Amino acid sequence: MTAGSTPLTQSACFDALAERVCTPARSSDGRPLRVSLYLAAEASQFVRFNHARVRQALRVVQGDLTLSVAALADDGGGRRIETTRSLIGDLDADVEALLQDRAQLIADLALIPDDPHLLLPDAVTSSHRHDSGELPSADHLVRTVASAAHGLDLVGHCASGAVVRAFADNRGQRHWHHVETFHFEWCLVAAGDKSVKCVYAGTHWDDGAFSQHIAEGARQLPLLARRPRKLAPGAYRAYFTPTAMSALLGVTAWGGFGAKARRTGTSSLSKLERGEAHLHPGLSIAEDASRGAAPAFTPDGALRPARISLIENGRATGTLNSARSAREYGIESNGADAQEYPVALTLAPGTLPTRDVLSALGTGVYVSDLWYLNYSDRAECRFTGMTRFACFWVEGGQLAEPLDVMRFDDSFLRMFGEGLIALTDQPELILAGRVMRERPLGSMWTPGALVEGWQLTL
Amino acid sequence: MLDQIEDHARRAAPAVDQWAVRGVVECSDELTVRHRVVQAPIRRRDAGAMVTVVDRGGMGYAATSDTSEAGLRHAFGEAAALARAVADHAVFDARLLPRVSARGRYDSAVEQPVAARGLRERLALLAEADTALLSDARIVDSMARLHTVDTEQLFITGDGARVAQHWSITMPHLQATARLGSVVQTRSAAGQYGGHCQQGGMEVLERTGFHHDGARIAHEAIELASAAPCPSGEMDLILMPDQMMLQIHESIGHPLELDRILGDERSMAGTSFVTLDMFGSYRYGSDLLNVIHAPQQAGELAGFAYDDEGMAAETAHIIRGGLLLRPLGGALSLMRAQAQRADIEGVATTRACSWNRPPIDRMSNLNVEAGSSRLSEMIESIELGVLMRTNQSWSIDDSRNKFQFGCEHGQMIRHGRLAEVVRNPNYRGISATFWRSLTRVGDADTFEVMGTPHCGKGDPSQVIRVGHASPACQFSHVAVFGGAA
Repeated sequence: MTAGSTPLTQSACFDALAERVCTPARSSDGRPLRVSLYLAAEASQFVRFNHARVRQALRVVQGDLTLSVAALADDGGGRRIETTRSLIGDLDADVEALLQDRAQLIADLALIPDDPHLLLPDAVTSSHRHDSGELPSADHLVRTVASAAHGLDLVGHCASGAVVRAFADNRGQRHWHHVETFHFEWCLVAAGDKSVKCVYAGTHWDDGAFSQHIAEGARQLPLLARRPRKLAPGAYRAYFTPTAMSALLGVTAWGGFGAKARRTGTSSLSKLERGEAHLHPGLSIAEDASRGAAPAFTPDGALRPARISLIENGRATGTLNSARSAREYGIESNGADAQEYPVALTLAPGTLPTRDVLSALGTGVYVSDLWYLNYSDRAECRFTGMTRFACFWVEGGQLAEPLDVMRFDDSFLRMFGEGLIALTDQPELILAGRVMRERPLGSMWTPGALVEGWQLTL
Repeated sequence: MLDQIEDHARRAAPAVDQWAVRGVVECSDELTVRHRVVQAPIRRRDAGAMVTVVDRGGMGYAATSDTSEAGLRHAFGEAAALARAVADHAVFDARLLPRVSARGRYDSAVEQPVAARGLRERLALLAEADTALLSDARIVDSMARLHTVDTEQLFITGDGARVAQHWSITMPHLQATARLGSVVQTRSAAGQYGGHCQQGGMEVLERTGFHHDGARIAHEAIELASAAPCPSGEMDLILMPDQMMLQIHESIGHPLELDRILGDERSMAGTSFVTLDMFGSYRYGSDLLNVIHAPQQAGELAGFAYDDEGMAAETAHIIRGGLLLRPLGGALSLMRAQAQRADIEGVATTRACSWNRPPIDRMSNLNVEAGSSRLSEMIESIELGVLMRTNQSWSIDDSRNKFQFGCEHGQMIRHGRLAEVVRNPNYRGISATFWRSLTRVGDADTFEVMGTPHCGKGDPSQVIRVGHASPACQFSHVAVFGGAA
């Protein structure tokens, strides 16, 4: 079992590239230029399954290198331009192409006006993280799934391999982040849309642990085979698992915590900031980059602080401030990306013992997963979404029947303000699983939550 | 790169049952002026190749940015190894896949190449548009953006296929945020995720009214910030094309993707309420509903001559007179579906988002055909209703049935006339019944070509460009509401 090897995911290759591209440079009017590189590379294996058989098997080696050239003005601001290209993995060829890009960027820098909000890190910092893993080969994975999921309708996807983020500039900054991980996310389908969602993720694959996940999921299938309950629209007492909580928190992350959104008034948490709404005093949310698999640095080479308090005891305490917002609004940058989106959101646990959630729920809805959440009224932090997978009706503290999917439309401020009864005492790490252009490195750390009056609408 | 890839591939290809190489070079350029400030220009050159090998009944893919002969040889080796590893455990027997020998070419129609306009000229254009957005002090944020993409793709197979396609795409965008007291509203030209995306060059800006739209957007943002919330109730609804595109996308397009119907997406993007037995007999909508797969629609975002499996693209009805006819699925999915139902027909619409992902069944240009109703007739026919424009929120269930959508702009219709503007208009329904409430379809004067650059699906996820063109459409007895459900 191996993560595979390619020049694109090796630090020596990146360093060699940086040595030849991040050299001193001046603009056409003689100003010194900052030249920087940001690498997002991976050597990945993707295997999709349907009916416990392979639908697609894929190997991808890619390295997207962003080359930036900036001329900083003495009194702040400046000019910047950047280009991203796919690296080949041949050092000489890549350097030649990047030097051509660099010359073009420097020429074009003269064509753009000064940007008063440009701010790049002053400090020259470096970091190095290299985590090795033990990952399944395609052959091993396919045989293991065939054995462990025999007779089950398993559908899902296993992504594995090395993921790299790296930064270098011509002031000597060097950051390297290399992790080797797997993320296997699948459903065991009972029938139709009734299924058990499972995730097995980590750095060292273990056949026994995987088989145990399969077996645990399979034990829920008989319950899903029961006649489903159709709920009428209305208000319900509900328990949200950490997975469901990550979906709810994920919507607030979408423009809720960013400094720019707060300043322009488009943030869904503006009412909280203005003191027109309060969350439950037991609710504390932070961006905690010390957890999870995210790199310790931004694409601009700034180090992320270990922890940024965003909500403390139900009240807004901070925002995610990109360098640009810091300059525009006269505030301190705190290591947020340009989009001001959290990469390691953390909700502090409560006191409800996780083993007691069903008895504490009593009668109501057990929400294992939510789907397709989106704002219906951003100013009120009100959003809609659907129940998904193994959600159950609970009676007398027992899982009674699976639910037919239901739509909710409710305010986060209400649900986790007056509606919050308790948070559980055991938070879970929810690793981002959805692969877009690149395999993700974000995560959330959240407990489950018991909420009164959850509004179901359709 | 693409000028050499065919020679490299044919020399590097191993002795296997079938092979294909799809090389892609995509160059993009994104310029933004936000609130009077030019943002750092962003460029991208994305290049590489997807190698596909079919051998011993299995199928494997390997993606590489190294398209030298040695690089492709290595990728062929990896794809072949994967094909053999999965052969005994695959969903389908790859030996049954049709052989592909298509030869052809496609080029987007371009009247005014973007490259002919220098960086300064394009930035000046954006600055002018941004200034128009900032015509009132109540506008607290603004953005003018021009995103242009040039994609070249070459698809070749061991059976002699050679398909070269070249897409030129232009995506202009304008938006303004107004604040009146504590009410904040954002209005955009065609949705905050870029509905005015089309194939073509700078003429797309003229087709979509970019040069003169800033003042209207700013005015409507302020109007919305001072408007009352949309009232709640069951009423008639007119959806304009920049919301129809989302309605088509979520509640017709996605449920009809054949690989979704076959269960591939159940763990992530979801399943479908549509099953194979419904094609040819299921009434999807009222008899006014006509939906076509339209790869040749002029200017529309996802036009092409061949899909990424090498299947020739032709216009075809998906729904005619409300009757569901065929799914959105290409050669591989059709082979699987026809094993269950031999008379299923598909369309060429299997696509990959780039060189680093294998093709899957997607929407391409999926359009509602124009009808015969004038917009004025539609409005006059409504006693109480709302006209909604421009999607801003979307949510639909796992099976693509229960949906809730929100728009940027609503305008009440009272006693057959347009009345006051309302903010935050939302509506909800169920796909399986919603389209049967279609009571009028707008004529060609209401027909607009729209699109989205951000359709997500697949494991690993692939974000792809999709086109939707539609007239205005009228629906009866729809659950409408404002911010409060």
